Amino acid sequence: MNNYSRERFDVLVVGGGPAGIAAAVRAAESGDRVGMVDENVAPGGQIWRGGPSEGPHSSEASSWLVRLKQAGVIELLGKRVFHHLEAGVLLAEGLDDVWELSYRNLVLATGARERFLPFPGWTLPNVMGAGGLQALVKSGLPIQGKRVVIAGAGPLLLAVASYLRKHGAEIPLICEQASASKLARFAMMLIRHPGKIFQGLQLRKDIAGIPLATSSWPMAAHGKRTLEAVTISRAGKSETVQCDYLACGFHLIPNTELPVLLGCRTRCGYVQVDELQQTSAQGIFCAGEPTRIGGVDLALIEGQIAGLAATGRTSEAKALFSKRERFRRFARLLDETFCLRAELRSLPSADTLICRCEDVPCSRLREHTSWRAAKLHTRCGMGPCQGRICGPATQFLFKWNPDSVRPPVFPARVEHLAAQPQLIPEVTGEVQ
Amino acid sequence: MPSEFIVRVNGASVSVPAGATVAVAMVIAGQPCRSSVIGEPRGPLCGMGICFECRAVVNGTSHSRTCQLLCEPNMEVKTDE
Repeated sequence: MNNYSRERFDVLVVGGGPAGIAAAVRAAESGDRVGMVDENVAPGGQIWRGGPSEGPHSSEASSWLVRLKQAGVIELLGKRVFHHLEAGVLLAEGLDDVWELSYRNLVLATGARERFLPFPGWTLPNVMGAGGLQALVKSGLPIQGKRVVIAGAGPLLLAVASYLRKHGAEIPLICEQASASKLARFAMMLIRHPGKIFQGLQLRKDIAGIPLATSSWPMAAHGKRTLEAVTISRAGKSETVQCDYLACGFHLIPNTELPVLLGCRTRCGYVQVDELQQTSAQGIFCAGEPTRIGGVDLALIEGQIAGLAATGRTSEAKALFSKRERFRRFARLLDETFCLRAELRSLPSADTLICRCEDVPCSRLREHTSWRAAKLHTRCGMGPCQGRICGPATQFLFKWNPDSVRPPVFPARVEHLAAQPQLIPEVTGEVQ
Repeated sequence: MPSEFIVRVNGASVSVPAGATVAVAMVIAGQPCRSSVIGEPRGPLCGMGICFECRAVVNGTSHSRTCQLLCEPNMEVKTDE
């Protein structure tokens, strides 16, 4: 390792998506020293991800990114927080550097990830997340003329379809597991969210002509060394579609690992916050998807409230409460519409791998009754992703509860861990 | 930096746009990023540094998460076996 640096902030924000940017900007306005750390090379998170094949940002994104520069926020990019050294100190690592980041107040804006559900063939190359494929295309993957089936759950599928089509992809089919009646109710309820109606109408225009199959999901992906086709259960009938990519994600789940490591209480998988976005841990705020999957509008408001509250400007924060309540209603609507149907539990066959890191098949997991037992006996969830992919899947498939989080919260390089003697793990009797 | 340049994936030359991630280069090349515990070929899944499926050997460093790493001219990338 080459560099070990120390930085001290009044407010440190973890996560550079909309919630983190809004929090950092509002906090920095107070004149406090504010840092924002993110593992990506540019701010914006997943939704405002730039890249070589990207045009200019939307006006909302651009204006926040400009404010971020003007506010004097110290951006620590390409660095991932991997440990909580002691109260008020986090450790982050870059490719070849370790950063000790001290703070008085902390805002966690760690975002969300896609939920993946296992089905036969889901480990084939070119079966990707819907957001996953979009991220790759934003990062320069040519998609012109490629056939992409989009499947899973949630509004992201439609946004990805629109995006990929604009970049020249052919989309033979979008499969949404929710029923037509649920989607119709969702569309009707959008009337209460004027901004969303406009977005919805625009999206509908963008994806006009692409078949959208409801009550439909992928049953199997086929191919030798890479994906060639996918079999879909389409409203009760099966049908096989040739494709180059399957973009498949089942809505979003919050990234709560770091908040949990820091002692923030969670409820139903989300970080619990009070009206000022303060968590159960003193001086630690949380904003955006970890508190509830609600999209960019809710994230921006929650981020602002957290940034204001973290710098003691409670009355300004309170002025945003009613707006937040409106966007929270939209979040509840998302939950109701895109909750997963029970049939998806029977998608994996006995030999379908559930844990992709350790290659643990479904049949081996069925022998166990808890996540902990499965981890100890099969190594499920013990690989580099630390259960981030198979954990939510087993939670849905077997109704297993997630475990406590242990440091390091992400795999870190040995020399970076060794930089801090406190990090050498205690020897326990547990199977590693 | 030119708008396109060459990186090498498992020995073959691949042209990538400036700003492309290494994961993109591997998908363009049609090469798996890694070989799994039981020997399955694997490619990127999440695209955002969470799943670790896209880890590969980049300029000799194994386990590099290629979706979080930008290509540089003449980079040597290999499937993590």
